[in-house]
Amino acid sequence: MYPLTMTLNGESVTVEVEPSDLLVDVLRDKLGLTGTKIGCNEGECGACTVIMDGQAVLSCLLPAMKAHGREVVTVEGLSHDGELHPLQQAFIERGAVQCGYCTSGLLMSAKALLDENPRPSIEEIEEAIAGNLCRCTGYFQIVEAIEAAIELRSERLDTAHF
Amino acid sequence: MWQEYLFPSSVEEALTMLAEREGRARLVAGGTDLIIQLTEGQRSANCLVDITRIPELDKITLEDGMIVLGANVTHRQAAESPLIRERATVLAEACRAMGSLQIRNVGTLGGNVVNAMPAADGSLALLALEAEAEIAHGTGRVWVPLQDLFAGPGVSRVDSTREMLTAFRFQALSERQGSALERIARRRALALPILICAVVVTLNEDSQAFDSARIALGPVAPVPFRTSQAEESLRGAPIGRETMARAGEIAMQESQPRSSLLRASKEYREEVIKVLVRRGLERAVQVARG
Repeated sequence: MYPLTMTLNGESVTVEVEPSDLLVDVLRDKLGLTGTKIGCNEGECGACTVIMDGQAVLSCLLPAMKAHGREVVTVEGLSHDGELHPLQQAFIERGAVQCGYCTSGLLMSAKALLDENPRPSIEEIEEAIAGNLCRCTGYFQIVEAIEAAIELRSERLDTAHF
Repeated sequence: MWQEYLFPSSVEEALTMLAEREGRARLVAGGTDLIIQLTEGQRSANCLVDITRIPELDKITLEDGMIVLGANVTHRQAAESPLIRERATVLAEACRAMGSLQIRNVGTLGGNVVNAMPAADGSLALLALEAEAEIAHGTGRVWVPLQDLFAGPGVSRVDSTREMLTAFRFQALSERQGSALERIARRRALALPILICAVVVTLNEDSQAFDSARIALGPVAPVPFRTSQAEESLRGAPIGRETMARAGEIAMQESQPRSSLLRASKEYREEVIKVLVRRGLERAVQVARG
């Protein structure tokens, strides 16, 4: 067993892991954060997307040890003090969630995009979420929700709510 | 499954870790291919030596007209680098086409080449750029031509249980040179290619004829493939639709694509070769003419 220390959703966490553990299993099974989903388990579907040091990554392909000393954000880290993140709010309002299995991955891909580029074009949104498969929505509502979140986010920033 | 996971802080330390484990340890970079291969039992290792925290291996520099890329440069980094976009466009385009953003964020060019797939986007672009790779092993470091590293589908001549690919280098493209990547897949993102064509052209002084051209195709052979006969047909040839279409025809004849149940038949791929070679040449010429 190795001690793995990372900043997880803003808090320092240390957890004992096997050298062969993958990050998604540590998050779900050792830390109880089951918001991150396992879809294909081979890097094809994006359901396991989390953010590591500001970049969207696939936690099903990532040896947990790679997170040592890094900053990891999962879907559980999106809301603050009971207030939903603008992306979560917009996904609900725009009907971008149906079965919900892809949603956490899509939220994390979208968050990584907006954190880096607060005003992305539609093409940039599409490129950022191209690695997240959704079999329900047809994607239009998801892209609309991300666009709506851009506005919501800037309103909140203006009024210092967020 | 691997029982040890190590972070060396230098190339030398990584090589020592490998040597001490006598073939039972293996290097890992981004891991986007290797982790699946290990999980599915296609490759094995008792220990993974993670090279992504070795400083200096993630740099992109221009030295005396040569672009030098550390092996840990990710696809994302290469796709977004102004130097690569301007002076090695084909590589930027290849790196932007590969996988999804999540995979481009961690997958490295070193890993792409050592994984040795015949239609690897990065490998084909580097091949068209006539890149060399630096290999570090117990007794020193040597530069070898990229094409010498591919032994077969998924089989590299770089033995990642004993040695390490540390960098790539190639001539930055200059005036009268242009490059482009053409790719067809079943989806526009996150799909293995039906065919990829990487092209680098050099025009003559009045930009009316080809001085030379380099064309890499995949998957049309067990390894990333340079179309030497098509390239020869373009040497000194006037730039025109007919010349480029003929090059496509020759490239098709010297290629040996296979049928894939998942992606495309041999016959379809042969037609696509002709089209992508012509398109690649047209776009590379446009870039070269500025």
